[in-house]
Amino acid sequence: MVHFTAEEKSTILSLWGKVNVEEAGGEALGRLLVVYPWTQRFFDSFGNLSSASAIMGNPKVKAHGKKVLTSFGEAVKNMDNLKPAFAKLSELHCDKLHVDPENFKLLGNVMVIILATHFGKEFTPDVQAAWQKLVSGVATALAHKYH
Amino acid sequence: MSLTKTERAIIVSMWGKISTQADAIGTETLERLFLSYPQTKTYFPHFDLHAGSAQLRAHGSKVVAAVGDAVKSIDNIAGALARLSELHAYILRVDPVNFKLLSHCLLVTVAARFPADFTAEAHAAWDKFLSIVSSVLTEKYR
Repeated sequence: MVHFTAEEKSTILSLWGKVNVEEAGGEALGRLLVVYPWTQRFFDSFGNLSSASAIMGNPKVKAHGKKVLTSFGEAVKNMDNLKPAFAKLSELHCDKLHVDPENFKLLGNVMVIILATHFGKEFTPDVQAAWQKLVSGVATALAHKYH
Repeated sequence: MSLTKTERAIIVSMWGKISTQADAIGTETLERLFLSYPQTKTYFPHFDLHAGSAQLRAHGSKVVAAVGDAVKSIDNIAGALARLSELHAYILRVDPVNFKLLSHCLLVTVAARFPADFTAEAHAAWDKFLSIVSSVLTEKYR
């Protein structure tokens, strides 16, 4: 079970408070599909994913990205019990969506990079370290119910 | 995996920006690596890894310079990094998983410093490029 120090929690919370979830969500999912094109396998129904600009401008990508990042907000509220918080979603990703947990790690790292582009200097190595811990914890929690 | 013409152009152009802050970027990349992935410090028991350490700065410069060498010979990365490839295979023997961690930290550093330039396309090209560099460096492992 991942443990966050008080400092890590406050670092994460303070940054999260400044994130535009809708915008960042769309960007994160978009970049996942651009940088790791094989992840497009889950999104056949999303329409035009034929180029980076098509992907980044695709309304379905933006909408779904927002959904994903909003859900990530639950992680920020439940840093001390990620596994129970994501139990239902874990089952969903295994049983219905059939997503290889490796993808959670890819998305987590893309999110970290998005945060870096948005926050620049403020996204110090210490801040990054706290966020890497969080995205890793979420990835683990989402994989926890796999069978 | 090989780079398209467009990807090469993106990589070379971004390198133009990176090279203006090469040493600082190298140092920051390593700082990020050691903080986010403390297990990577096991390869540096002989180093002073505190922020601002001369050794950290020197090593960071080395790493980014090597990336620069790969960019300058982007049509023949294996050739440009042949010596480094042998060094990593026979002497350093850094576990291959760590190349991904270092690459990620370099991308985070570049993203933080050049957000406007680090578009989705640039991100994709650089991720692919560093993946190729990593493959070259682990090519002779066994």
